[in-house]
Amino acid sequence: MAKEKKYIEKDGQKFEVVWEKPKGLKDKPMHYCPGCAHGTLEKFIMEVLDEKDLKEKTIGVAPVGCSVFAYDYMNVDMHEAAHGRATAVATGISRVFPDHLVFTIQGDGDLAAIGTAETIHSCNRGENIIIFFVNNAIYGMTGGQMAPTTLGGQVTSSSPDGRNLATMGYPIKISDMVAMLPGTHYVTRVAFNNPTNSRKAKKAIEKAIDYSLEKKGTCLVEIVGNCPSGWKMTPLESYDWWEENMIPYYPLGVIKDKGVLVEKKGGK
Amino acid sequence: MSEKLLMKGNEALAEASIRAGIDAYFGYPITPQSEILEYFSKWLPRKGIAFVQAESEVASINMVYGAGGCGKRVMTSTSSPGFSLMMEGVSYIACAEIPCVLVNVQRGGPGLGTIQPSQGDYFQATKGGGHGDYRMIVLAPNSVQEMADFPGLGFNLAEKYRMPVLILADGALGQMMEKVEFKEYKRWEADMSWATTGKTPDREANIITSLFIEPEVMEQVNLKLQAKYKKIEREVLEYEEYHTDDAEIVIVSYGISSRLSKKAVDLAREQGIKAGLLRPITLWPFPTKPISDLIEKGAKGFLSIELSAGQMIEDVRLASNGRVPVKHYGKMGGIIPAPEEIVDEIKKMMEEK
Repeated sequence: MAKEKKYIEKDGQKFEVVWEKPKGLKDKPMHYCPGCAHGTLEKFIMEVLDEKDLKEKTIGVAPVGCSVFAYDYMNVDMHEAAHGRATAVATGISRVFPDHLVFTIQGDGDLAAIGTAETIHSCNRGENIIIFFVNNAIYGMTGGQMAPTTLGGQVTSSSPDGRNLATMGYPIKISDMVAMLPGTHYVTRVAFNNPTNSRKAKKAIEKAIDYSLEKKGTCLVEIVGNCPSGWKMTPLESYDWWEENMIPYYPLGVIKDKGVLVEKKGGK
Repeated sequence: MSEKLLMKGNEALAEASIRAGIDAYFGYPITPQSEILEYFSKWLPRKGIAFVQAESEVASINMVYGAGGCGKRVMTSTSSPGFSLMMEGVSYIACAEIPCVLVNVQRGGPGLGTIQPSQGDYFQATKGGGHGDYRMIVLAPNSVQEMADFPGLGFNLAEKYRMPVLILADGALGQMMEKVEFKEYKRWEADMSWATTGKTPDREANIITSLFIEPEVMEQVNLKLQAKYKKIEREVLEYEEYHTDDAEIVIVSYGISSRLSKKAVDLAREQGIKAGLLRPITLWPFPTKPISDLIEKGAKGFLSIELSAGQMIEDVRLASNGRVPVKHYGKMGGIIPAPEEIVDEIKKMMEEK
């Protein structure tokens, strides 16, 4: 069903409204670097919360990393969290407000290095929270050091000769790991590298929110992202690198969807 | 009139927390406090109250941060090594001004140490422990009865001042059984409008944070915290005095060692020695002025009795400010001295004075 068209008048001219800033976003310029996908994620989440009228029952958690300022932009009640502890904080919130929608926005260093224990165990308990995991293979906020998801050979400020897999370990696919846990209900990988993928990403965000409202357990949406500043590239160069290197190693698509599995088996 | 029960300190503390309206408990097993976790694991789910056995103390303190930020009455408990793991979270909680009650049933350290009682965590409890300039109100019970009295008081103080309150017990208090009476509990009214409950259109979004990246803002946050701590120093102070009126040697002792010290005072008095006891019940704020006042009353020396190498003695010395001798006696590593040993120390001080 097509939406009714909306128009505004400015300087005596009539304009059709094709996009509006979500009401749930505060009127504040974002600090994210040009070309970064972080702001897109926050915009999509708030769009869905607006559309589903969920802002009054939503509490977010923004831990250390580039996501920590999310509460400056997302106009819902929010908690900052220590590095890696977001899902523990979210567990505390969700356990005392079981009917609320509780989400975290976490980077790769936060979720897959310093917070691995919290991530795995929150997923294993099947906490009814949504984890938005921004994987850009780098520590963005601290200036571009090697992250647990940094690709083999990738040059960073703490792997200046490229990530040596023999001594620095392998890029961790943590979404695949948590998908193995019975507590997770929905695990998927998305990207904002082009409009088609962005639309799919928004659908995934919607789906995770729906599952969470139905109290299905932990949902994790991995956003395979870019980091022009951390990768020392222009935004456009980063888009090429994103598509040529990141997405092949972290392939997009649903990793686990218990809802679909149940339907296929034809019963609960 | 409520009945008297025979209970372990750890269990009395847990039961009292339930009676004080606890909304959530998060913890991790560690001796000698595991009975608290076990008691809650049995009773909280049956009452529909949140209980999570976390994957670590790091996780449990952050669950406290989350649930406490929602304005709920939350608690975690641990013993010394576990409390060290919580220090990061405690610093965040203090800065974000989240009310909560923390319990450290101390054991002998440093390191993995021993599971026997100790008072080696006084510095950590009263001087910080975590990073940055913060304080906790520290309550030091010395009986199973006070293990039952302090959770309710702790929640009230935590909510009134929006800060973590620590109950600093030890393995002896946690494990020993005594008579206990659960008194009628009065919950104080507190303003919880700052809590994250879900943003409604009639208010701005509530943010729980300890991040203030602009130094000018961070300075103001610190000044606000320090002003609050000064207010607490004026408003919150609990201590107990025993035979201090004419005492020449005053023992300063808290927790389980204050029980031994009280016995030592009785034994000394039987021998004609004018000994007394001042027991700090709040370790922060510390009873600096009451100790100082005792010098005006005629105290000629203080003896700090602690199950440590001497940590609280530094605060006793500050209170004395060089006017009278201050000595320490104590045992470490989980050993508890006999009252007679304390009497010997009192005698030594009498001879030296």
